[in-house]
Amino acid sequence: MVDEGTKKTLSSIPLLKTKAGPRDKELWTTRLKEEYQALIKYVQNNKEADNDWFRLESDKTGTRWFGKCWFVHNLLKYEFDLEFDIPVTYPTTAPELALPGLDGKTAKMYRGGKICLTDHFKPLWARNVPRFGIAHAMALGLGPWLAVEVPELIERGVVKYQEKSEEAK
Amino acid sequence: MDKVAELEKKVSELEAKLAAAQGNVGPVRQKIDVMSSEVVDSNPYSRLMALKRMGIVDNYEKIRELSVAVVGVGGVGSVTAEMLTRCGIGKLILFDYDKVELANMNRLFFQPHQAGLSKVDAAAATLQAINPDVAIDAYNYNITTVDNFQKFCDTISTGSLTGGPVELVLSCVDNFEARMAINTACNELNQRWFESGVSENAVSGHIQFIIPGETACFACAPPLVVASNIDEKTLKREGVCAASLPTTMGIVAGFLVQNTLKHLLNFGNVSNYLGYSALTDFFPTMTLKPNPQCDDSYCRRRQAEFSARPVVELATEVTEDAGPVHADNEWGISLLDENSPEEETPNLKLVDGVQVAYSVPADSSTPESSTGGAVAASELSLEELMQQMKSM
Ligand SMILES: [Zn+2]
Repeated sequence: MVDEGTKKTLSSIPLLKTKAGPRDKELWTTRLKEEYQALIKYVQNNKEADNDWFRLESDKTGTRWFGKCWFVHNLLKYEFDLEFDIPVTYPTTAPELALPGLDGKTAKMYRGGKICLTDHFKPLWARNVPRFGIAHAMALGLGPWLAVEVPELIERGVVKYQEKSEEAK
Repeated sequence: MDKVAELEKKVSELEAKLAAAQGNVGPVRQKIDVMSSEVVDSNPYSRLMALKRMGIVDNYEKIRELSVAVVGVGGVGSVTAEMLTRCGIGKLILFDYDKVELANMNRLFFQPHQAGLSKVDAAAATLQAINPDVAIDAYNYNITTVDNFQKFCDTISTGSLTGGPVELVLSCVDNFEARMAINTACNELNQRWFESGVSENAVSGHIQFIIPGETACFACAPPLVVASNIDEKTLKREGVCAASLPTTMGIVAGFLVQNTLKHLLNFGNVSNYLGYSALTDFFPTMTLKPNPQCDDSYCRRRQAEFSARPVVELATEVTEDAGPVHADNEWGISLLDENSPEEETPNLKLVDGVQVAYSVPADSSTPESSTGGAVAASELSLEELMQQMKSM
């Protein structure tokens, strides 16, 4: 099961309405606006809960997304580049979130730094098409992944703290 | 920007050359124009043409006119491509965006010295050396992105030896997104294809023949899994995403190409769905009817076209299908009744030992409880929303 914290986070993110993918022209613009609204609300929620942990932006077409996410461990902030494409089959299939900087450093990734999702993710996503969007993928996929994998990567010495990442923000 | 594209083109050309150079010393035999059934040690086709003499295949050399696209050239796709190459297929079109890695060496086909090369270029070089008679096109891109998807559709609809659609698309990809992309393309193009897969724990697999409108498409039901007969609780996923075995992948590739040959050369019975459980050596088979409520609108359109086709044609199809039904029943496997093609039931009838990976509510209009509510139409433009997000 999905843990209570994630459930609560998920339920406070607005649901999307428009079932449209990047090939759907005008409807896709409507969907994109919903995506941004949900993301903005989610980031606001995070800020209010003192748990601000990512920024995202897209190109004009809304098919290419990039940004940063960060994770605090033992009072130190670790920052990672984040990127993904919106597949033609979106929102039936979720975006494959990738942290290219960690590619090859953990077995919990597929090629290109795509994160390995838990068994809960796909069923939950499938049951919520088209209501779940990028914000939900972040909360349900990347958030829990970082919480489990980053401390382990730090422990193994694969990820090292960089002064710069703290100041850059 | 042009400069980058130019350089990228140059790099891919050089990579293809490097792959050819590292792969082999080049063709070791001349091209052969016509397949001969003469049994001499220099004829690579003599044992294949013997299938004709033995009455298994009517017209084996027809294979030289046929074109097949293989999407995903990994553990299953590379072996699939090699089998088709050795069988003398007319044309192969390969798609993959991955590179060969040493971590792939537990699988068949690729060799350590090819590490770092693109899978399609490395595969094309090896395959061309094995059989110079096969026309091979290689495409190094991810088919699920918007631009590439269009290129993919164009290629499979015009990529055959005669400039028309390929005879068959074989999906050998390893993820749900790519399978859905192939499904979308094939429903839109009315293209026959085979889906194939090996489970992430490496001990089960399947192939599925999809004729748009006639058999269930990949979106007609949640993904199917072959029961592994092991307690899910004892399955550990800590620390790894996926396991793989050359055996399971080789078996699935064998099933895939065997059914491809049967379909293309019109012999035997083609399985609509064939599963494989490695732990119990269990092979369930079944036929899956399309879901009238399928999420894919092109699937529903193809279903309407299929049911509108003349009854005569339908009758022959049913007679042809009677074969496998009987054969399978001898093994005590229950099959759904195929004799009622008009019956519209969204309920999936699965053979014992095959189940859906998860269920999706039939009425998906009821939203999950959300205190966040649904997004209300914003008065802001997309650009303004983008700006707002950026300035947070
Ligand atoms: Zn369908």
